[in-house]
Amino acid sequence: MSINKANTHILPVEFKYYAPTSLDEALQLLSEHRGDSAILAGGTDLLVKMKQRLVEPRHVINIKHIGELSSIEERQDGIYIGAATKLRAVEKSEMIKEKVPVLQEAVRSIGSVQIRNMATIGGNLCNASPAADSAVALLALGSETIIASLEGLRDVRIEAFFTGPGTTALGKNELLAGLFVPYLPEGCGTSFMKTGRTSLDIATVNTATLVRLRNGVISECRIALGAVAPTPIRVWEAEGFLKGKKPSDEVLGEAARIAAECIRPITDIRATAEYRKEVSKALVMDSLARARKRGLKR
Amino acid sequence: MIVTRIELTLNGRKRRFDIEANELLLNLLHEKPHLTGTKYGCGIGMCGACTVLLDGEPVLSCLTLAADVDGREVRTIEGLAEGGKLDVVQQAFLEEGAVQCGFCTPGFILAAKALLKENPQPSEEEIREYLKGNSCRCTGYVNIVKAVKRAAEESK
Repeated sequence: MSINKANTHILPVEFKYYAPTSLDEALQLLSEHRGDSAILAGGTDLLVKMKQRLVEPRHVINIKHIGELSSIEERQDGIYIGAATKLRAVEKSEMIKEKVPVLQEAVRSIGSVQIRNMATIGGNLCNASPAADSAVALLALGSETIIASLEGLRDVRIEAFFTGPGTTALGKNELLAGLFVPYLPEGCGTSFMKTGRTSLDIATVNTATLVRLRNGVISECRIALGAVAPTPIRVWEAEGFLKGKKPSDEVLGEAARIAAECIRPITDIRATAEYRKEVSKALVMDSLARARKRGLKR
Repeated sequence: MIVTRIELTLNGRKRRFDIEANELLLNLLHEKPHLTGTKYGCGIGMCGACTVLLDGEPVLSCLTLAADVDGREVRTIEGLAEGGKLDVVQQAFLEEGAVQCGFCTPGFILAAKALLKENPQPSEEEIREYLKGNSCRCTGYVNIVKAVKRAAEESK
């Protein structure tokens, strides 16, 4: 059913509601109602889908009241972010702004203040939209997801977390507990950029890039792109091309060309495949140039 | 359908309601205390007409479960005026003619209220950025921005 035909005034699905206050309690519920439940965090994706009857869970487990899932903590070599942390809290965190600014840039670009007051960082990932803004930033930062089940915790690299549009590495009895974002190495510059029809819109293409300069050459580089494949992706070919080269405009431009060639976007309501390829080239070029400039300043 | 009792502080008063699990905060506000100032616009989080303040922060009541506000504080447009006197933001909207059809107005006023609490003297750009989630189909944005500036000025 399309959104225009659904009565979005009501929630037509009947379910049992749970608001656990500990992770163990939530995992117990999830395991009990395996396959017939949904995790509710911000609700900005889930409730819209339920209004359209795209999903009709019989049990809804609200994880927002679990304190241990919504904290931002400084660790020795990086930052831990609980999955139920509101996007607005990520955006306002001084630690994130200072240590991993590209994540703040990406999160700030999502939706409106109201949406960011509700939506969570984990929800943005678990919704597994190929266009998720936080996902490309977390890809460029080499983040890890921490997945919880009654059996314990397991770490999954963010590249392996997304398995397709709307699907993730999460098993039916698992939930995303948090993220680990390593600090940027010395001499790194990063940048997030996106295009959309309006500033509130879902990205037509988004990208996050990281450039590390050592003795005038690129010693490390990461390029993440969103809305150009079934999942947000790293463009390894373009990254490999840049390694060891001097970051001239020509070299960055060639990397952007390679990136645009490697992607296989689709035509949908937001843009055609051809447009996405062209825009990706320009966006990656601009983002790499900005990351280079910021890297030189550090 | 299982009914649960929730208790919240609504516009400064403790209130109890019996709700169903799939009841939305917006519908609770309309149907039980008959507070119809909060508007239903798009229902999918794009328009901001249903904005209310939840523990002081603007959120969308059409995408919030009533069950989720148990124990929390909700403020709607009806809860802004005190002792029959309009809030400074409401008054500024009147003075600047920032109301055309009026449907988006409650959402705009509550969002502006939250903005001014966080940033008492915002620039025009900051106002526009903060109010990005509220749509006005009469496109009266110029006067809305003016009204927020006036409210900031008058709160100095």
